[in-house]
Amino acid sequence: MPVAVKTPIYMDNNATTPLDPRVLEAMMPYLTEKFGNAASRSHIFGWKAEEAVENARRQVAEVIGADAKDIVWTSGATESDNLAIKGIAEMYAEQGNHIITAATEHKAVLDTCHYLQSRGCPVTVLPVDEFGLVSAAQVAAAMTDKTVLVSIMAANNEIGTIHPVAEIGKLCKERGVLFHSDATQAFGKIPLSVEAMGIDLMSISGHKIYGPKGVGALYVRRKSPRVRLTGQMHGGGHERGMRSGTLNVPGIVGLGAAAEIAQRGMTEESGRISALRDRLHAGITAKTDHVRLNGHPTRRLPNTLNLSFAYVEGESLMMKFKDLAVSSGSACTSASLEPSYVLRALGVPDDLAHSSIRFSLGRFNTAEEIDLAIERVNAAVAELRQLSPLYELAQEGVSLKDVQWKK
Amino acid sequence: MAYSDKVLDHFNNPRNVGSLDKNDPTVGTGIVGAPECGDVMKLQIKVGDDGRIVDAKFKTFGCGSAIASSSLATEWLKGRNVDDATQLRNTDIASELSLPPVKIHCSVLAEDAVKAAIQDWKRKNAAAGGGGCGPVQVGVSAAGGAGAARDGKDK
Repeated sequence: MPVAVKTPIYMDNNATTPLDPRVLEAMMPYLTEKFGNAASRSHIFGWKAEEAVENARRQVAEVIGADAKDIVWTSGATESDNLAIKGIAEMYAEQGNHIITAATEHKAVLDTCHYLQSRGCPVTVLPVDEFGLVSAAQVAAAMTDKTVLVSIMAANNEIGTIHPVAEIGKLCKERGVLFHSDATQAFGKIPLSVEAMGIDLMSISGHKIYGPKGVGALYVRRKSPRVRLTGQMHGGGHERGMRSGTLNVPGIVGLGAAAEIAQRGMTEESGRISALRDRLHAGITAKTDHVRLNGHPTRRLPNTLNLSFAYVEGESLMMKFKDLAVSSGSACTSASLEPSYVLRALGVPDDLAHSSIRFSLGRFNTAEEIDLAIERVNAAVAELRQLSPLYELAQEGVSLKDVQWKK
Repeated sequence: MAYSDKVLDHFNNPRNVGSLDKNDPTVGTGIVGAPECGDVMKLQIKVGDDGRIVDAKFKTFGCGSAIASSSLATEWLKGRNVDDATQLRNTDIASELSLPPVKIHCSVLAEDAVKAAIQDWKRKNAAAGGGGCGPVQVGVSAAGGAGAARDGKDK
Protein backbone atom coordinates (compact mmCIF):
# COMPACT_ATOMS: atom_id res chain seq x y z
CA MET A 1 0.00 0.00 0.00
CA PRO A 2 1.33 3.44 -0.87
CA VAL A 3 2.05 5.72 2.05
CA ALA A 4 -0.21 8.77 2.13
CA VAL A 5 1.90 11.79 1.24
CA LYS A 6 0.92 15.17 2.55
CA THR A 7 0.69 17.80 -0.18
CA PRO A 8 1.82 20.35 -1.18
CA ILE A 9 5.35 18.97 -1.24
CA TYR A 10 8.07 21.52 -0.62
CA MET A 11 11.00 21.16 -3.03
CA ASP A 12 12.25 24.75 -3.11
CA ASN A 13 14.87 24.58 -0.38
CA ASN A 14 17.36 26.77 -2.28
CA ALA A 15 14.81 29.58 -1.95
CA THR A 16 14.33 29.05 1.76
CA THR A 17 14.00 26.26 4.30
CA PRO A 18 11.62 25.69 7.18
CA LEU A 19 13.00 26.24 10.66
CA ASP A 20 14.32 23.01 12.18
CA PRO A 21 12.34 22.37 15.38
CA ARG A 22 15.64 22.06 17.29
CA VAL A 23 16.59 25.52 16.07
CA LEU A 24 13.30 26.99 17.20
CA GLU A 25 13.79 25.39 20.59
CA ALA A 26 17.22 26.97 20.93
CA MET A 27 15.83 30.38 19.95
CA MET A 28 12.73 30.47 22.14
CA PRO A 29 14.32 31.63 25.44
CA TYR A 30 15.98 34.51 23.60
CA LEU A 31 12.63 35.72 22.31
CA THR A 32 11.14 35.70 25.80
CA GLU A 33 12.94 35.74 29.16
CA LYS A 34 16.52 36.10 27.84
CA PHE A 35 15.73 39.24 25.91
CA GLY A 36 18.81 41.27 26.82
CA ASN A 37 20.86 43.48 24.51
CA ALA A 38 24.20 41.80 23.86
CA ALA A 39 25.85 45.21 24.10
CA SER A 40 24.59 45.84 27.64
CA ARG A 41 27.69 45.38 29.77
CA SER A 42 26.16 46.41 33.08
CA HIS A 43 23.79 43.57 34.01
CA ILE A 44 23.06 39.86 33.71
CA PHE A 45 20.51 40.33 30.89
CA GLY A 46 23.21 41.70 28.63
CA TRP A 47 25.79 39.15 29.75
CA LYS A 48 23.47 36.24 28.97
CA ALA A 49 22.74 37.61 25.52
CA GLU A 50 26.42 38.18 24.84
CA GLU A 51 27.28 34.67 25.96
CA ALA A 52 24.69 33.23 23.55
CA VAL A 53 26.00 35.38 20.68
CA GLU A 54 29.60 34.28 21.31
CA ASN A 55 28.53 30.65 21.45
CA ALA A 56 26.79 31.03 18.08
CA ARG A 57 29.93 32.65 16.68
CA ARG A 58 31.89 29.52 17.58
CA GLN A 59 29.20 27.28 16.09
CA VAL A 60 29.28 29.12 12.76
CA ALA A 61 33.08 29.43 12.69
CA GLU A 62 33.54 25.70 13.22
CA VAL A 63 31.64 24.83 10.03
CA ILE A 64 34.25 26.65 7.94
CA GLY A 65 37.34 26.05 10.06
CA ALA A 66 37.55 29.68 11.14
CA ASP A 67 38.19 31.44 14.42
CA ALA A 68 35.05 32.66 16.19
CA LYS A 69 36.42 36.20 16.21
CA ASP A 70 36.36 36.21 12.39
CA ILE A 71 32.56 36.10 12.25
CA VAL A 72 30.58 39.34 11.76
CA TRP A 73 26.81 39.14 12.17
CA THR A 74 24.59 40.63 9.47
CA SER A 75 20.94 40.56 8.43
CA GLY A 76 21.54 37.93 5.75
CA ALA A 77 23.72 36.99 2.80
CA THR A 78 22.66 39.99 0.71
CA GLU A 79 23.99 42.30 3.38
CA SER A 80 27.11 40.15 3.77
CA ASP A 81 27.80 40.39 0.03
CA ASN A 82 27.27 44.15 0.05
CA LEU A 83 29.46 44.62 3.10
CA ALA A 84 32.25 42.46 1.74
CA ILE A 85 32.40 43.96 -1.73
CA LYS A 86 31.70 47.62 -0.99
CA GLY A 87 33.66 47.46 2.24
CA ILE A 88 36.77 46.12 0.50
CA ALA A 89 36.46 48.43 -2.50
CA GLU A 90 36.29 51.40 -0.20
CA MET A 91 39.00 50.31 2.25
CA TYR A 92 41.55 49.35 -0.40
CA ALA A 93 40.73 52.10 -2.92
CA GLU A 94 44.31 53.40 -2.83
CA GLN A 95 45.78 50.02 -3.79
CA GLY A 96 43.45 49.35 -6.68
CA ASN A 97 39.83 49.21 -7.70
CA HIS A 98 39.44 46.31 -10.12
CA ILE A 99 36.99 43.56 -9.14
CA ILE A 100 36.60 40.14 -10.77
CA THR A 101 33.38 38.16 -10.52
CA ALA A 102 31.37 35.69 -12.63
CA ALA A 103 28.22 35.85 -14.74
CA THR A 104 26.26 33.35 -12.63
CA GLU A 105 26.74 35.07 -9.28
CA HIS A 106 23.70 36.00 -7.22
CA LYS A 107 22.27 39.46 -7.90
CA ALA A 108 23.47 40.55 -4.45
CA VAL A 109 27.02 40.22 -5.80
CA LEU A 110 26.41 41.27 -9.42
CA ASP A 111 24.33 44.33 -8.61
CA THR A 112 26.79 45.42 -5.93
CA CYS A 113 29.61 45.13 -8.48
CA HIS A 114 27.57 47.06 -11.04
CA TYR A 115 26.97 49.75 -8.47
CA LEU A 116 30.71 50.05 -7.87
CA GLN A 117 31.28 50.07 -11.61
CA SER A 118 28.97 53.07 -11.87
CA ARG A 119 31.24 54.73 -9.26
CA GLY A 120 34.33 54.17 -11.37
CA CYS A 121 35.58 50.70 -10.35
CA PRO A 122 36.37 48.51 -13.37
CA VAL A 123 34.59 45.15 -13.02
CA THR A 124 35.34 41.98 -14.97
CA VAL A 125 32.41 39.54 -15.16
CA LEU A 126 33.85 36.18 -16.23
CA PRO A 127 31.81 33.94 -18.52
CA VAL A 128 31.14 30.36 -17.39
CA ASP A 129 31.34 27.10 -19.34
CA GLU A 130 28.35 24.96 -20.33
CA PHE A 131 28.22 23.49 -16.79
CA GLY A 132 28.36 26.87 -15.10
CA LEU A 133 32.03 26.64 -14.04
CA VAL A 134 34.70 29.32 -13.95
CA SER A 135 38.33 28.23 -13.80
CA ALA A 136 41.27 29.59 -11.85
CA ALA A 137 42.98 30.15 -15.21
CA GLN A 138 40.18 32.49 -16.25
CA VAL A 139 40.56 34.42 -13.03
CA ALA A 140 44.34 34.58 -13.49
CA ALA A 141 43.98 35.91 -17.01
CA ALA A 142 41.61 38.64 -15.85
CA MET A 143 43.86 39.91 -13.05
CA THR A 144 45.63 43.25 -13.38
CA ASP A 145 47.91 45.10 -10.99
CA LYS A 146 44.80 47.06 -9.97
CA THR A 147 42.78 43.98 -8.95
CA VAL A 148 41.78 44.15 -5.28
CA LEU A 149 39.02 41.59 -4.99
CA VAL A 150 37.82 38.36 -6.59
CA SER A 151 34.25 37.35 -5.74
CA ILE A 152 33.24 33.85 -6.83
CA MET A 153 30.44 31.91 -5.18
CA ALA A 154 31.05 28.48 -3.64
CA ALA A 155 27.96 26.93 -5.25
CA ASN A 156 25.26 28.33 -7.50
CA ASN A 157 21.68 28.67 -6.26
CA GLU A 158 19.91 27.84 -9.53
CA ILE A 159 21.94 24.94 -10.86
CA GLY A 160 24.03 23.87 -7.85
CA THR A 161 27.36 23.93 -9.71
CA ILE A 162 30.31 23.98 -7.28
CA HIS A 163 33.16 26.24 -8.34
CA PRO A 164 36.86 25.31 -7.94
CA VAL A 165 37.09 27.63 -4.96
CA ALA A 166 40.31 26.14 -3.54
CA GLU A 167 42.18 26.70 -6.82
CA ILE A 168 40.89 30.25 -7.11
CA GLY A 169 41.81 30.91 -3.48
CA LYS A 170 45.34 29.62 -4.01
CA LEU A 171 45.76 31.87 -7.03
CA CYS A 172 44.49 34.89 -5.08
CA LYS A 173 46.99 34.19 -2.28
CA GLU A 174 49.84 34.02 -4.80
CA ARG A 175 48.82 37.31 -6.36
CA GLY A 176 48.00 39.08 -3.10
CA VAL A 177 44.39 39.67 -4.09
CA LEU A 178 41.54 39.29 -1.60
CA PHE A 179 39.06 36.50 -2.23
CA HIS A 180 35.37 36.70 -1.29
CA SER A 181 33.06 33.72 -1.72
CA ASP A 182 29.28 33.81 -1.39
CA ALA A 183 28.63 30.48 0.33
CA THR A 184 24.92 31.01 0.92
CA GLN A 185 24.00 27.71 -0.76
CA ALA A 186 27.14 25.73 0.08
CA PHE A 187 27.46 26.52 3.80
CA GLY A 188 26.36 23.52 5.85
CA LYS A 189 25.78 21.39 2.76
CA ILE A 190 29.32 20.65 1.56
CA PRO A 191 32.65 20.77 3.43
CA LEU A 192 34.18 24.25 3.42
CA SER A 193 37.45 25.40 4.92
CA VAL A 194 38.57 29.01 4.76
CA GLU A 195 42.18 27.88 5.32
CA ALA A 196 42.32 25.09 2.75
CA MET A 197 40.36 27.20 0.25
CA GLY A 198 42.21 30.47 0.80
CA ILE A 199 39.01 32.38 1.42
CA ASP A 200 39.32 35.85 2.97
CA LEU A 201 35.64 36.74 3.15
CA MET A 202 32.63 34.44 3.09
CA SER A 203 28.89 35.23 3.03
CA ILE A 204 26.60 32.99 5.08
CA SER A 205 22.82 32.92 5.46
CA GLY A 206 20.59 31.48 8.20
CA HIS A 207 17.39 30.59 6.38
CA LYS A 208 18.99 28.31 3.77
CA ILE A 209 20.11 25.89 6.48
CA TYR A 210 16.89 25.53 8.52
CA GLY A 211 17.68 28.64 10.54
CA PRO A 212 15.64 31.83 10.74
CA LYS A 213 15.29 34.50 8.06
CA GLY A 214 16.80 37.92 8.63
CA VAL A 215 20.14 36.73 9.98
CA GLY A 216 23.44 35.99 8.28
CA ALA A 217 27.15 36.31 8.77
CA LEU A 218 30.27 37.48 7.02
CA TYR A 219 33.52 35.72 7.69
CA VAL A 220 36.34 38.29 7.65
CA ARG A 221 39.88 36.91 7.93
CA ARG A 222 41.91 38.46 10.73
CA LYS A 223 45.28 36.77 10.14
CA SER A 224 47.52 36.32 7.09
CA PRO A 225 46.36 38.61 5.77
CA ARG A 226 44.46 40.80 8.20
CA VAL A 227 41.48 41.91 6.12
CA ARG A 228 40.03 45.31 6.87
CA LEU A 229 36.84 46.70 5.48
CA THR A 230 34.86 49.90 5.69
CA GLY A 231 31.60 49.46 7.56
CA GLN A 232 28.51 50.25 5.53
CA MET A 233 26.18 50.63 8.52
CA HIS A 234 27.23 53.38 10.89
CA GLY A 235 26.23 53.66 14.50
CA GLY A 236 27.25 52.10 17.78
CA GLY A 237 30.37 50.41 16.43
CA HIS A 238 29.20 46.83 17.00
CA GLU A 239 31.03 43.89 15.42
CA ARG A 240 34.47 45.50 15.56
CA GLY A 241 33.06 48.55 13.81
CA MET A 242 32.23 46.58 10.68
CA ARG A 243 28.50 46.41 11.27
CA SER A 244 26.68 48.66 13.69
CA GLY A 245 23.26 47.83 15.02
CA THR A 246 21.86 45.96 17.99
CA LEU A 247 22.46 42.26 17.47
CA ASN A 248 19.50 40.07 16.55
CA VAL A 249 20.17 37.71 19.44
CA PRO A 250 17.41 35.12 18.83
CA GLY A 251 18.25 35.06 15.13
CA ILE A 252 21.97 34.66 15.83
CA VAL A 253 21.28 31.86 18.31
CA GLY A 254 19.15 30.21 15.62
CA LEU A 255 21.86 30.54 12.96
CA GLY A 256 24.39 29.08 15.38
CA ALA A 257 22.18 26.12 16.25
CA ALA A 258 21.34 25.52 12.58
CA ALA A 259 25.04 25.61 11.67
CA GLU A 260 25.94 23.09 14.35
CA ILE A 261 23.16 20.71 13.30
CA ALA A 262 24.19 21.01 9.65
CA GLN A 263 27.83 20.40 10.49
CA ARG A 264 27.14 17.37 12.67
CA GLY A 265 24.87 15.67 10.12
CA MET A 266 26.50 16.81 6.90
CA THR A 267 27.90 13.49 5.68
CA GLU A 268 24.74 11.52 6.42
CA GLU A 269 22.43 14.22 5.13
CA SER A 270 24.23 14.95 1.88
CA GLY A 271 24.32 11.23 1.12
CA ARG A 272 20.63 10.81 1.85
CA ILE A 273 19.52 13.91 -0.05
CA SER A 274 21.68 13.26 -3.10
CA ALA A 275 20.22 9.73 -3.27
CA LEU A 276 16.71 11.23 -3.25
CA ARG A 277 17.74 13.76 -5.87
CA ASP A 278 19.16 11.06 -8.12
CA ARG A 279 16.03 8.96 -7.62
CA LEU A 280 13.95 11.95 -8.75
CA HIS A 281 16.14 12.50 -11.81
CA ALA A 282 16.12 8.82 -12.78
CA GLY A 283 12.38 8.48 -12.23
CA ILE A 284 11.66 11.42 -14.49
CA THR A 285 14.00 10.45 -17.32
CA ALA A 286 12.78 6.83 -17.24
CA LYS A 287 9.37 8.01 -18.47
CA THR A 288 10.00 11.35 -20.11
CA ASP A 289 12.36 12.03 -23.01
CA HIS A 290 13.93 15.31 -24.15
CA VAL A 291 14.95 16.26 -20.61
CA ARG A 292 18.16 18.24 -20.19
CA LEU A 293 20.15 18.57 -16.97
CA ASN A 294 21.26 22.15 -16.38
CA GLY A 295 24.46 22.48 -14.37
CA HIS A 296 27.35 20.14 -13.71
CA PRO A 297 26.57 16.40 -13.63
CA THR A 298 28.87 15.71 -10.65
CA ARG A 299 30.32 18.96 -9.27
CA ARG A 300 26.93 19.89 -7.89
CA LEU A 301 25.21 20.52 -4.57
CA PRO A 302 23.68 17.28 -3.30
CA ASN A 303 20.15 18.72 -3.22
CA THR A 304 19.84 20.56 -6.52
CA LEU A 305 18.30 19.29 -9.76
CA ASN A 306 17.63 21.78 -12.53
CA LEU A 307 15.94 20.24 -15.58
CA SER A 308 14.63 21.61 -18.86
CA PHE A 309 11.61 19.85 -20.32
CA ALA A 310 11.77 20.61 -24.02
CA TYR A 311 8.60 21.83 -25.77
CA VAL A 312 6.73 22.81 -22.58
CA GLU A 313 6.94 26.06 -20.66
CA GLY A 314 7.99 26.16 -17.02
CA GLU A 315 5.19 28.19 -15.49
CA SER A 316 2.51 26.05 -17.10
CA LEU A 317 4.30 22.96 -15.77
CA MET A 318 4.22 24.38 -12.28
CA MET A 319 0.51 25.08 -12.69
CA LYS A 320 -0.03 21.45 -13.70
CA PHE A 321 1.84 19.89 -10.80
CA LYS A 322 0.46 22.46 -8.42
CA ASP A 323 1.03 20.33 -5.33
CA LEU A 324 4.80 20.51 -5.89
CA ALA A 325 6.47 23.69 -4.72
CA VAL A 326 9.42 24.23 -7.09
CA SER A 327 10.74 27.15 -9.11
CA SER A 328 11.43 27.89 -12.75
CA GLY A 329 13.87 29.89 -14.84
CA SER A 330 11.00 30.79 -17.11
CA ALA A 331 10.42 34.49 -17.72
CA CYS A 332 6.77 34.01 -16.90
CA THR A 333 7.64 33.62 -13.24
CA SER A 334 9.51 36.89 -13.07
CA ALA A 335 8.54 40.47 -13.70
CA SER A 336 11.38 40.95 -16.19
CA LEU A 337 10.03 38.79 -19.06
CA GLU A 338 13.63 37.54 -19.51
CA PRO A 339 14.45 33.93 -18.75
CA SER A 340 17.07 33.04 -16.13
CA TYR A 341 20.36 34.90 -16.63
CA VAL A 342 22.16 31.96 -15.03
CA LEU A 343 20.91 29.47 -17.63
CA ARG A 344 21.66 32.00 -20.37
CA ALA A 345 25.23 32.30 -19.09
CA LEU A 346 25.62 28.53 -19.51
CA GLY A 347 24.50 28.90 -23.12
CA VAL A 348 21.17 27.16 -22.52
CA PRO A 349 18.96 28.28 -25.43
CA ASP A 350 16.17 30.61 -24.36
CA ASP A 351 13.41 28.14 -25.22
CA LEU A 352 14.98 25.57 -22.88
CA ALA A 353 15.50 28.23 -20.22
CA HIS A 354 11.76 28.90 -20.39
CA SER A 355 11.24 25.16 -19.94
CA SER A 356 13.37 24.81 -16.82
CA ILE A 357 12.33 23.64 -13.39
CA ARG A 358 14.55 23.73 -10.31
CA PHE A 359 13.93 21.03 -7.73
CA SER A 360 15.89 21.79 -4.56
CA LEU A 361 15.44 19.10 -1.94
CA GLY A 362 15.92 19.38 1.77
CA ARG A 363 16.22 17.73 5.14
CA PHE A 364 12.52 16.95 5.40
CA ASN A 365 11.85 15.38 1.99
CA THR A 366 11.01 11.67 1.94
CA ALA A 367 11.27 8.89 -0.65
CA GLU A 368 7.46 8.78 -0.83
CA GLU A 369 7.40 12.46 -1.72
CA ILE A 370 9.98 11.87 -4.44
CA ASP A 371 7.90 9.07 -5.93
CA LEU A 372 4.78 11.20 -5.97
CA ALA A 373 6.75 14.06 -7.54
CA ILE A 374 8.03 11.74 -10.28
CA GLU A 375 4.46 10.71 -11.08
CA ARG A 376 3.21 14.31 -11.11
CA VAL A 377 6.06 15.60 -13.27
CA ASN A 378 5.81 12.85 -15.86
CA ALA A 379 2.03 13.25 -16.12
CA ALA A 380 2.25 17.05 -16.42
CA VAL A 381 4.93 16.98 -19.12
CA ALA A 382 3.00 14.39 -21.14
CA GLU A 383 -0.22 16.37 -20.86
CA LEU A 384 1.34 19.69 -21.82
CA ARG A 385 3.25 18.19 -24.72
CA GLN A 386 -0.08 17.10 -26.15
CA LEU A 387 -0.95 20.80 -26.06
CA SER A 388 2.37 21.97 -27.49
CA PRO A 389 2.70 23.04 -31.12
CA LEU A 390 6.48 22.70 -30.71
CA TYR A 391 6.20 19.08 -29.67
CA GLU A 392 3.94 18.48 -32.67
CA LEU A 393 6.51 20.03 -35.01
CA ALA A 394 9.30 18.00 -33.44
CA GLN A 395 7.26 14.82 -33.84
CA GLU A 396 6.85 15.70 -37.51
CA GLY A 397 10.62 15.87 -37.75
CA VAL A 398 10.84 19.65 -38.05
CA SER A 399 13.86 21.20 -36.37
CA LEU A 400 12.68 24.21 -34.39
CA LYS A 401 15.90 26.01 -35.29
CA ASP A 402 14.96 25.92 -38.97
CA VAL A 403 11.63 27.64 -38.41
CA GLN A 404 11.46 31.39 -38.89
CA TRP A 405 9.21 32.54 -36.11
CA LYS A 406 6.96 35.57 -36.35
CA LYS A 407 7.75 37.32 -33.09
CA MET B 1 0.84 34.74 -8.57
CA ALA B 2 -2.81 33.85 -8.19
CA TYR B 3 -4.76 32.96 -11.32
CA SER B 4 -8.41 33.82 -11.91
CA ASP B 5 -10.92 30.98 -11.79
CA LYS B 6 -11.50 31.37 -15.52
CA VAL B 7 -7.81 31.01 -16.35
CA LEU B 8 -7.65 27.91 -14.16
CA ASP B 9 -10.76 26.47 -15.78
CA HIS B 10 -9.42 26.91 -19.31
CA PHE B 11 -5.98 25.67 -18.26
CA ASN B 12 -7.28 22.56 -16.52
CA ASN B 13 -9.98 21.84 -19.12
CA PRO B 14 -8.67 23.37 -22.32
CA ARG B 15 -11.29 23.59 -25.06
CA ASN B 16 -10.61 22.56 -28.64
CA VAL B 17 -7.09 21.21 -28.31
CA GLY B 18 -5.80 19.62 -31.47
CA SER B 19 -4.93 20.14 -35.08
CA LEU B 20 -6.83 20.45 -38.34
CA ASP B 21 -5.36 19.46 -41.71
CA LYS B 22 -3.30 22.50 -42.64
CA ASN B 23 -3.48 21.55 -46.33
CA ASP B 24 -7.27 21.58 -46.36
CA PRO B 25 -8.36 24.69 -48.38
CA THR B 26 -11.17 25.39 -45.90
CA VAL B 27 -8.67 25.52 -43.01
CA GLY B 28 -6.73 28.62 -41.98
CA THR B 29 -3.65 28.23 -39.79
CA GLY B 30 -1.95 30.89 -37.71
CA ILE B 31 1.29 30.29 -35.81
CA VAL B 32 2.55 33.23 -33.80
CA GLY B 33 5.20 33.82 -31.16
CA ALA B 34 8.61 32.21 -30.80
CA PRO B 35 10.05 29.49 -28.58
CA GLU B 36 12.81 31.77 -27.27
CA CYS B 37 10.16 34.23 -26.10
CA GLY B 38 8.43 31.48 -24.17
CA ASP B 39 5.16 31.65 -26.15
CA VAL B 40 4.05 29.96 -29.36
CA MET B 41 0.40 29.65 -30.36
CA LYS B 42 -0.97 27.64 -33.22
CA LEU B 43 -4.62 28.41 -33.92
CA GLN B 44 -6.64 26.91 -36.76
CA ILE B 45 -10.10 27.59 -38.12
CA LYS B 46 -12.23 25.58 -40.51
CA VAL B 47 -14.67 27.71 -42.50
CA GLY B 48 -17.88 26.43 -44.01
CA ASP B 49 -19.42 27.38 -47.36
CA ASP B 50 -21.52 30.05 -45.70
CA GLY B 51 -18.46 31.82 -44.26
CA ARG B 52 -19.08 30.54 -40.74
CA ILE B 53 -16.34 29.06 -38.64
CA VAL B 54 -17.43 25.45 -38.13
CA ASP B 55 -14.44 24.35 -36.12
CA ALA B 56 -11.47 25.85 -34.31
CA LYS B 57 -8.46 24.14 -32.74
CA PHE B 58 -5.36 25.27 -30.90
CA LYS B 59 -2.05 24.14 -29.48
CA THR B 60 -0.02 26.45 -27.28
CA PHE B 61 3.47 26.45 -25.79
CA GLY B 62 3.39 29.01 -23.03
CA CYS B 63 2.28 29.89 -19.57
CA GLY B 64 -1.14 29.14 -18.13
CA SER B 65 -2.54 32.48 -19.25
CA ALA B 66 -1.36 31.89 -22.83
CA ILE B 67 -3.02 28.48 -22.88
CA ALA B 68 -6.23 29.92 -21.40
CA SER B 69 -6.25 32.84 -23.87
CA SER B 70 -6.01 30.58 -26.89
CA SER B 71 -8.54 28.13 -25.48
CA LEU B 72 -11.02 30.97 -24.91
CA ALA B 73 -10.36 32.34 -28.42
CA THR B 74 -11.26 29.04 -30.07
CA GLU B 75 -14.45 28.90 -28.03
CA TRP B 76 -15.48 32.37 -29.22
CA LEU B 77 -14.58 31.67 -32.85
CA LYS B 78 -16.79 28.65 -33.33
CA GLY B 79 -20.06 29.53 -35.05
CA ARG B 80 -19.00 33.06 -35.87
CA ASN B 81 -18.86 34.51 -39.34
CA VAL B 82 -15.25 34.84 -40.38
CA ASP B 83 -15.64 38.62 -40.81
CA ASP B 84 -17.06 38.99 -37.31
CA ALA B 85 -14.13 36.99 -36.05
CA THR B 86 -11.72 39.69 -37.18
CA GLN B 87 -13.41 41.96 -34.64
CA LEU B 88 -12.06 39.84 -31.75
CA ARG B 89 -9.85 42.06 -29.56
CA ASN B 90 -7.23 41.09 -27.05
CA THR B 91 -8.90 43.36 -24.49
CA ASP B 92 -12.00 41.15 -24.64
CA ILE B 93 -9.88 38.13 -23.80
CA ALA B 94 -7.94 39.95 -21.10
CA SER B 95 -11.06 41.18 -19.35
CA GLU B 96 -12.92 37.86 -19.64
CA LEU B 97 -9.94 36.05 -18.05
CA SER B 98 -9.09 38.92 -15.64
CA LEU B 99 -5.46 38.84 -16.80
CA PRO B 100 -3.01 40.89 -14.73
CA PRO B 101 -0.94 43.54 -16.60
CA VAL B 102 2.11 41.24 -16.84
CA LYS B 103 -0.01 38.68 -18.76
CA ILE B 104 -1.70 41.05 -21.24
CA HIS B 105 0.78 39.97 -23.90
CA CYS B 106 -0.82 36.50 -23.79
CA SER B 107 -4.13 37.97 -24.97
CA VAL B 108 -2.31 40.01 -27.63
CA LEU B 109 -0.74 36.83 -28.92
CA ALA B 110 -4.16 35.13 -29.06
CA GLU B 111 -5.56 38.03 -31.10
CA ASP B 112 -2.56 37.78 -33.44
CA ALA B 113 -3.10 34.03 -33.81
CA VAL B 114 -6.76 34.53 -34.74
CA LYS B 115 -5.85 37.20 -37.29
CA ALA B 116 -3.10 35.04 -38.76
CA ALA B 117 -5.44 32.07 -39.12
CA ILE B 118 -8.11 34.18 -40.83
CA GLN B 119 -5.52 35.74 -43.12
CA ASP B 120 -4.21 32.30 -44.05
CA TRP B 121 -7.70 31.07 -44.86
CA LYS B 122 -8.45 34.18 -46.94
CA ARG B 123 -5.20 33.82 -48.82
CA LYS B 124 -5.79 30.18 -49.60
CA ASN B 125 -9.22 30.95 -50.96
CA ALA B 126 -8.02 33.90 -52.98
CA ALA B 127 -5.22 31.79 -54.44
CA ALA B 128 -7.74 29.09 -55.33
CA GLY B 129 -9.30 31.57 -57.79
CA GLY B 130 -12.28 32.37 -55.64
CA GLY B 131 -14.00 29.14 -56.54
CA GLY B 132 -16.32 27.68 -53.93
CA CYS B 133 -15.14 29.69 -51.02
CA GLY B 134 -18.41 31.16 -49.90
CA PRO B 135 -19.41 34.77 -49.55
CA VAL B 136 -16.04 36.04 -48.50
CA GLN B 137 -14.01 36.80 -51.60
CA VAL B 138 -10.53 38.16 -51.28
CA GLY B 139 -9.22 38.95 -54.71
CA VAL B 140 -5.71 40.15 -53.99
CA SER B 141 -3.48 37.80 -55.86
CA ALA B 142 -0.24 39.57 -54.88
CA ALA B 143 -1.07 38.95 -51.24
CA GLY B 144 -1.71 35.35 -52.16
CA GLY B 145 1.80 34.99 -53.52
CA ALA B 146 3.45 36.58 -50.52
CA GLY B 147 1.25 34.57 -48.28
CA ALA B 148 2.24 31.31 -49.89
CA ALA B 149 5.88 32.07 -49.22
CA ARG B 150 5.14 32.95 -45.61
CA ASP B 151 2.98 29.90 -45.26
CA GLY B 152 6.01 27.85 -46.16
CA LYS B 153 8.07 29.33 -43.35
CA ASP B 154 5.49 28.42 -40.78
CA LYS B 155 5.64 24.75 -41.39
